[in-house]
This record gives sequence, structure tokens and C-alpha cells, in this order.
Amino acid sequence: MEQIIVSGLIFGCVYGLAALGLVLIFRTTGLVNFAHGEMAMVTTFVAFTFLSYFQLSFFISFFLAIVFAALFGIAIYFLLIRRVGDASHLNQLVLTLGIFLAIHGIAGLIWGHTPASFPRALKGGPIQLGPIFISPNELFVLFVTFILASTLFVLFRFTRVGLAMRASSQDLTAARLMGINVNFVFMVTWASGSILGGIAGLLTAPFTFLGVSMMYDVLIMAFAAAVLAGFLSLPGAVFGGLIIGVFGNLVSYYWAPEMALVCTFVLIIVVLYIRPQGIFSAPEAIKKV
Amino acid sequence: MKGRIFNRRTAVVVFAIFLVAYPFLVGQSSYFMGLAAMTAIFAIAAMSLNLLTGYGGQISVGQGGFLMLGTYTVAVLSAKLDMPIWVTIPAAGMVASVVSLIVGLPAVRLKGHFLAVATLGFGLSIPEIALNWKSVTEGYSGLPMTRPDAVSSDLAFFYVILAVTMIVTWILLNISNSRLGRAFLAIRDSEIAAAATGINVAGYKTIMFMIAAFFTGIGGGLYAYWIEYVSPNDFTIMTSFFLLAMIVVGGLASIWGAIVGAILFTVIPHFADVYVGMTNLLIGVAVILIILFRPAGLISIGEIFRKNRKGQNTKAEPERFEQSSAKEVPDVKI
Repeated sequence: MEQIIVSGLIFGCVYGLAALGLVLIFRTTGLVNFAHGEMAMVTTFVAFTFLSYFQLSFFISFFLAIVFAALFGIAIYFLLIRRVGDASHLNQLVLTLGIFLAIHGIAGLIWGHTPASFPRALKGGPIQLGPIFISPNELFVLFVTFILASTLFVLFRFTRVGLAMRASSQDLTAARLMGINVNFVFMVTWASGSILGGIAGLLTAPFTFLGVSMMYDVLIMAFAAAVLAGFLSLPGAVFGGLIIGVFGNLVSYYWAPEMALVCTFVLIIVVLYIRPQGIFSAPEAIKKV
Repeated sequence: MKGRIFNRRTAVVVFAIFLVAYPFLVGQSSYFMGLAAMTAIFAIAAMSLNLLTGYGGQISVGQGGFLMLGTYTVAVLSAKLDMPIWVTIPAAGMVASVVSLIVGLPAVRLKGHFLAVATLGFGLSIPEIALNWKSVTEGYSGLPMTRPDAVSSDLAFFYVILAVTMIVTWILLNISNSRLGRAFLAIRDSEIAAAATGINVAGYKTIMFMIAAFFTGIGGGLYAYWIEYVSPNDFTIMTSFFLLAMIVVGGLASIWGAIVGAILFTVIPHFADVYVGMTNLLIGVAVILIILFRPAGLISIGEIFRKNRKGQNTKAEPERFEQSSAKEVPDVKI
């Protein structure tokens, strides 16, 4: 039981990180990024290329992959997303779906469709902590999630960029009038969102496998977590991820692994029925006709 | 104006004649007939989705789930309970629309992205349930089934699909031009304004979901009879993505746009399936290009010529959609 909850928490961290990226992008730019998982997948493959082709050490590859993730996010924003800034939500959503499909296809052409295994960050056997066993790699996941979530929280709350992000998310026109360089803010947002997704991908790969479809499940669970968080609350995204992770793990242990997804979405439908704005968000006031 | 309608009518008649003659044009090749049958099934699903999304503004990323509900309803009723086709096909629609009521219940209260994710969950869950509910669906192995004797050949059943598709198209065209369709447009443009003019927003949204699910379910039922085999891998979440992409690429709030999208999305895999993953790449690039350069969809390309010829902007539904959903506040550039 404790063991299941702990491993659920580990998965939950990954979902939470991916959800953080989604929520961050949605909060600031008002766009739900369906390509989030595929961008993360590319980042993971880039890390893998550094690791296996250039024979670099794990942490250097990790770092280079994160740099790549940031540039990739910025490129996607400038080349594609920026052009539909004023389009309807549906067009934006379908654009990200198109990016999702295109990246999936290109990655398949470059890296092939056969799954590979991805090394763990920290080797070593499981450590016993009371009734539970935990491997160094799983501790690494917990640690990275904690660090990233708190860094992001500080960035969002206490820095000028964070303030600009919050201002842009509230009212774009007013933010522009106040002299905020909205393009720059959005660029930072996309870079950070892409980094968060990429790290989620790098953390997922050792547990599952490395393949072009590796991020499907993570992305879906991240969506679930983001919805629980109401798509607006950053700490909520992490907590949502943890809840989804533990819940899904309990279902797959006590019922069937395939039913985890179904039950998660039943949970979400119930939550949304009771609180349409998500657990962690305040009700949205209807402002204009 | 009169001349234009006449032209459109001629075009529709010519298209219908082409479709009736199609099996003989391709020499009754079962591959090309299958391609056309799949186009018709996707067209039914895309048109229904366009009623929901294009007219009603309700984003559904799980419409593939209703297709699958339709296939399994038909397969279970016909293979296990031995029911005739004129019972199973409407039953497929009924089951899908009853389920849509359950999904729609919270969905009626949700907007935009929340709705997208809730329906995404639905589209993901249906194949998983089909996989796990072994007593009814036989899990991985799927359900084999046979066509009714009267229309057992490919050619005969092709005409069944064609006829159903045409009837569905006609019904949906009428719905979109009726009081119901106008109510959907009003809800899409502003829920508050619609409610203020006396439209029962929650009620109409529920009806919207039910109509869309009903016809999509029928499309799924036709698929089951066409392939004569049903499995949990028939309609994945990718199908739902493709359906959404079809209506955006073809043209939102346009029944014809949905048909154009469905044709395009069956033709691309036909040419691209030579390489693994090429389909996704091509469809993805097509979607990106169309959103960036022709956001009102392929159907709006016709509007350019019409505008040039007449020197004025004639009825352009998709463009109106774009304007209405653009920002209320004018952009201030500094």
C-alpha cells in the first residue's frame, strides 16, 4: 500500500511537471498546447543523441537538452504560435494538434519507430525507508520536481518577468500599454514551458522507454492534472499531478492497469461537475457579453 | 443570388452522380470503394462534429469515441443478438446519443479548454473500456460480423453507405438552416447574449451533443458493417484529432467544409502510407499551413473567386466566425 502510494507520487511528479508547463503556457498566453508532449519527446531524443552518439555524460546531456528545449519552445512560438495570437481558441487548439502530428512524423523519420532504453540519472539499488523501497533515481525525480516547482513559484511571484507574465495573463492590452514587451514575456513563457515538459520527458524515459509515442500517457495525465488545477493554478498543477499519479496507481494495482485512464477521467468529470473551474481555482466571474 | 444557388445545386447534383457512378469508374476495385466508404463514414462524423463545434462552438476532442460506440453497438446487437440492420443502425445512433447525454451533463457547464479535456478523456476511455469489458466486446480479439443478405456484396453495401450519407447530409443541412441551427450560432457567438434573447443555453447544448453523437454513432455502425469486423483499435484518439482537424481544414460552420475535410484526410493517408509516420507528418503540416494561411478553411478558397467575380463579399459563414471570435478589445501596438 505505502509502496504503491510512493510510486504513484513518483509518476505524479512527472505528470505535475508536464502539467506545470501546460498551465504556465495557458495562464500567460491563453493557449492549450497539445504539442507539449511531443516537444518533450524531441527534447528527450536530443538528450539521447548527446548521450549515445556524442558519448557525453548524463548531466551534460541533460543540461544541453534543456538548452535545446528552451530554443525549441522559442522557435515554435515565433514561427507558428505568434501568428495565431488573435485567432479563435479552436484554431489555436487545432494548430497545436497539427504541430503535434508534424513533430510526431518528423521525429519518427529522424529517430525511427523502434523504442530504445534510456539510462537512469542515478544508478544503484533501492534504499529502504521504513516500510518502503525507493531507488536513487526515484529520489532524483522527487528532488528535481521540488526544485523546479519552487523555482517557478519564486520566478512567478517575486521577479519582474513573473510580474510581467501575470500582467499579460490578466489583460494583454493593458500590459502592452504599461510598456511590457509582451513578445518577450511570451517567449520566456514558451521557453519555460518547453523546459518543464522536456524535463518531464527526461524523467519519464528511464521508467518507460524511449520512443516517439512515449509522451502520450504523460501528456494525457498532465492534461488531467491541469484540469484538476483549473488550468490556472501553478501549485495546483503539481498537486493535481500528484493526486492523479497516486489515484491512477491505486486503480491499476487494485483493478486493472488499463482502467487507470478511464477512472482518472471519471474522477475528472465528477470534479468538473461539482466544480467546473477545477479544485484549485477561484470561480471565474463573467465579465462581458 | 438566384444564379449562385442554382450553380451550387448543379454542383451537388453532379457530385451525387459522380458518387453513384464511382464504383464503376474505379472498376469496382474493393480498395478504392473502401476508400470512398471510409470517406463517407468520416464525412458523417465530421459533419456532425461541425454542427457541434463549427455551429455550436463546443470543442469536442473525443468524437472518435462515439464512432466506436456505434461500431460496438452494431456488432454486439447483430453478432450476439442477431438483430437486423434496420434495428442496429438506429440503435447505434441511440446508444451514442444516450451516452453523449452522460458526457454532456458536465460538458454543458464547461467551456473551451475544459470541455476539450473532458471530451478528450471520453475519447480515450471508450477504447480502453472496449478492451476491458471482455464479456461483451471480446477484448483484443474483437467481434466478427456479417452484412445482411440483401446487401452483402461490397457494391450493394457501398450504395447503402452512400444513401445514408446523403440522407444525413440533407438532415444536417436542414438543421443548420433551422431555428435550431440559428440557436447554436447564437450560443457560439455569445452564451450570455443567447440566454438574454430567451435561448435555453443548457438545453440547446445538450441537444447539440445528442444530435452530433447520434449521427456519429450511425457512421460507426456503417463502418462495422463495411469492415465486418470490430476491434478496440478501430477508432483511437487519433481519429478524434483527425475529425477535429478535418472540420478546421475543410471549413468551420460549413457542412460542405466537413465533407471537403473528410475527403482530404482519406486521400492523404492513401498516398502517404508508404512510409511509416508519413501520414501524421503530412496531415500535421497541412493543418499548420491552413490554420496559418487560410484560417477559414479550404471551403473559403471558393469565396475568393466569388468575391472577384461579383465584386462584393457574398455569404461567407466561416469568415463571420473568424470575426466574431476575434478579440473584443482592439489590439494596441506600441
